[in-house]
Amino acid sequence: MNTMKASERMKIPRQHSIEQNAEKRSHNFEEVSLGLDEVLALTEASRCLECKDPICMEGCPVNVDIKSFVQLVNEKKFVDAVKKIRESNFLPAICGRVCPQEEQCENVCTLGKKHDPVAIGKLERFVADYEMKSGQFTIPQIETKREGKVAVVGSGPSGLTCAAELAKYGYAVTLFEALHEVGGVLRYGIPEFRLPRTILDIEVERIQALGVKIYTNFVIGRTATVDELFKEWGFSAVFLGTGAGTPHFMGIPGESLNGVYSANEFLTRVNLMKAYKFPEYDTPIRLGKNVAVIGGGNTAMDGVRTSKRLGAEKAYLVYRRSRAEMPARLEEVHHAEEEGIEFLMLTNPTKILSDGNNNVVGMECQKMELGEPDASGRRKPVPISGSEFVLEVQTVIEAVGQAPNPIIQATTPGLETSKRSTVVVGEKQQTNRPGIFAGGDLTRGGATVILAMRDGKEAAAAIHGYLLERSK
Amino acid sequence: MFKIIEKEFLAPTVARFVIEAPFIAPKRKPGNFVMLRVGKTGERIPITLVDSDVTKGTITLIVQGIGKTTKELLTKSAGDFLSDVVGPLGNPTPILEKKTVACIGGGVGTAELFPITKALNDAGCRVYSIIGGRSKELVILENEMKRSSHTAVVTTDDGSYGRKGIVTEPLKEWLDAKTGIEAVYAIGPLPMMRAVSNLTKNYGVKTYVSLNAIMVDGTGMCGGCRVTVAGKMKFACVDGPEFDGHDVDFDEMILRNRSYAAGEKTVLDRFEHAPGECRLEKMV
Ligand SMILES: Cc1cc2nc3c(=O)[nH]c(=O)nc-3n(C[C@H](O)[C@H](O)[C@H](O)COP(=O)(O)OP(=O)(O)OC[C@H]3O[C@@H](n4cnc5c(N)ncnc54)[C@H](O)[C@@H]3O)c2cc1C
Ligand SMILES: Cc1cc2nc3c(=O)[nH]c(=O)nc-3n(C[C@H](O)[C@H](O)[C@H](O)COP(=O)(O)OP(=O)(O)OC[C@H]3O[C@@H](n4cnc5c(N)ncnc54)[C@H](O)[C@@H]3O)c2cc1C
Ligand code: FES
Repeated sequence: MNTMKASERMKIPRQHSIEQNAEKRSHNFEEVSLGLDEVLALTEASRCLECKDPICMEGCPVNVDIKSFVQLVNEKKFVDAVKKIRESNFLPAICGRVCPQEEQCENVCTLGKKHDPVAIGKLERFVADYEMKSGQFTIPQIETKREGKVAVVGSGPSGLTCAAELAKYGYAVTLFEALHEVGGVLRYGIPEFRLPRTILDIEVERIQALGVKIYTNFVIGRTATVDELFKEWGFSAVFLGTGAGTPHFMGIPGESLNGVYSANEFLTRVNLMKAYKFPEYDTPIRLGKNVAVIGGGNTAMDGVRTSKRLGAEKAYLVYRRSRAEMPARLEEVHHAEEEGIEFLMLTNPTKILSDGNNNVVGMECQKMELGEPDASGRRKPVPISGSEFVLEVQTVIEAVGQAPNPIIQATTPGLETSKRSTVVVGEKQQTNRPGIFAGGDLTRGGATVILAMRDGKEAAAAIHGYLLERSK
Repeated sequence: MFKIIEKEFLAPTVARFVIEAPFIAPKRKPGNFVMLRVGKTGERIPITLVDSDVTKGTITLIVQGIGKTTKELLTKSAGDFLSDVVGPLGNPTPILEKKTVACIGGGVGTAELFPITKALNDAGCRVYSIIGGRSKELVILENEMKRSSHTAVVTTDDGSYGRKGIVTEPLKEWLDAKTGIEAVYAIGPLPMMRAVSNLTKNYGVKTYVSLNAIMVDGTGMCGGCRVTVAGKMKFACVDGPEFDGHDVDFDEMILRNRSYAAGEKTVLDRFEHAPGECRLEKMV
């Protein structure tokens, strides 16, 4: 029990994670943040005002019972605390690390109105790590085995969550993944220095322990179509969680030069194929002395910080809007700055320059200023004439958004899609085709890990309902 | 893990593999390829599906050793395993029916061309084939190609076998002789496909080429395999690998394929000079 008065709690400053020194970490791929230790965690948890009406819960896309879990931390019941989180969030060790808490739970935290909000994400991570280190995780009991086989397509956070939830309901679940490893963006996109792969590996083992069968190297739409999953493989329902993996390019001259990457390719080479361990691993990466990364989201941030770690002398982040509009997680922006990333805001690339042999030698940019608000409500950047300049770089990485991969949509007749090639779903993640459910980036375009998980969980409940109804 | 069932050398640096892949075998169409990794630290590389046996659940690949991954693959034998094989990927080749066509293969490209040639022949086409190689040892699948062709010619750059010269010479003769060739399928080194495309452009004959762009995933999620076709960016793995040769920017692609020359050499040197055993010897 927290016996302190509210006024006393408010006096305690927000506790900070232990972090690797910025200069040191900008040369290695080890995790940047080491999280809170027990003392820091207890101090941080004691700041919670334990509001009667905890609105933090509403700020969380999956409505984690934050107040209760923080109270359990206060009582030093760390394992109970993580169990409490897991009632609504299947992957706390991951979400504690990658959720944009400042836009969600911590954004609405009452304490945050006058002081810094409770570091909810860091506490979440602390209890999840505690459980992992102390080996106190228990596989949930599966009470009843149920009739019905379900196929889950894609092993990102939406697919992993959906598969685990369905297995807990008692269904026989098979997960199909196109790549040779499981995890989606958590595997090929988000770098190890933000999300160590051991954490992902443990989560995958847990899902297998629930009886989920995993096929890697299996592309739905190619190795088997969705309709074949029903007709030939005998599945009664299918969940599609294939993400938004197809990269956009800006469409400026010079994009086919050697040394221009989509962030997806760059990060896939480094993370999935382990190019940062080249030549121990065979996949190479081309990195110039100076690197420019275009974009302002998490993907851009990961690209630019990875470039620095691979040895770039200068790593620029080039973004056409202003700093306040960058969609990346706040913590990552801070970390990037500490690591010596140079931010070029209100700067728009117009052309990538060649040495005459198809190699990048520079990028022409234009300065921008903020004009009238656009459709998104953000002030639209407009070019300042005569402000052109050349950035001397040999590598350009574009992180300007991505769309769903069209393979499944093209091979599943009648499946409704939007103009942006996302799959259209109703309230319960149900597509227009009976028995086919979908969620995550495939239905949202680029979104977040927690929303993908939410969709996976909703879909599992909906599939359960669908199969119960059918078996009547 | 994917088991190698059979392995046979077709030329000193080219081998045919039959691999257990029961899910891929029934889905293969001419023009499809797989992405494979030999081992856990390896690169993903694209290799064409030459054939498959649906009842046995096997696929056939023909591989030429040119760099680390392909040379390492050549050291594998029946009974060994490959870590990963995924497919079938890419669009199947459009197979014309009852037309007169020419099929032109250069080097290991002949292996990629063979399933297409066979499909065209089965579809009632009159097939004129040219099997090109730098020298006699590099001419592969001659009998198989001949069996699926109305007329077949072998050319070698050095004249050590068949006709001396390059593949465009017999093709030009056929086009001039008004053999009625309505389409050309060409697969081989980029300069060869460029030469064929330049020639057929003059005759207005539709030409399909298969672009061996550098790939990572092979499923459209990285854009590393992008090529410029008719001035537009295309991803070779999902929009191709076949494109209209008259629209392809070959010069750019040739330069793009050199992107990793330095890195490729590093891993190859490491592989060939790894302590313990002489891999070069084992390979030959
Ligand atoms: C670099 C990067 C950094 C990010 N950082 C953050 C962050 O810090 N915080 C945050 O909340 N979000 C972040 N995001 C966004 C977040 O990762 C995604 O919203 C989330 O992963 C979406 O999950 P998903 O399950 O929908 O799909 P994905 O994670 O994209 O997984 C889809 C999986 O499906 C597979 N697949 C695709 N097609 C097929 C097919 N036909 N057959 C079989 N399998 C298929 C793919 O190979 C992939 O493994 C980041 C994204 C990127 C790219
Ligand atoms: C659709 C397609 C089908 C192919 N089919 C066959 C086939 O049936 N038989 C065959 O022997 N070869 C085939 N290739 C070529 C084969 O993929 C390359 O020879 C192989 O990747 C070279 O790898 P390496 O490590 O041995 O050599 P490296 O030393 O890595 O490369 C040598 C050259 O191969 C090319 N290359 C390198 N890496 C890749 C990669 N990841 N993807 C594509 N090309 C690359 C580059 O041009 C490079 O200069 C095909 C390529 C494509 C795109
Ligand atoms: S290989 Fe990645 S998109 Fe084609």
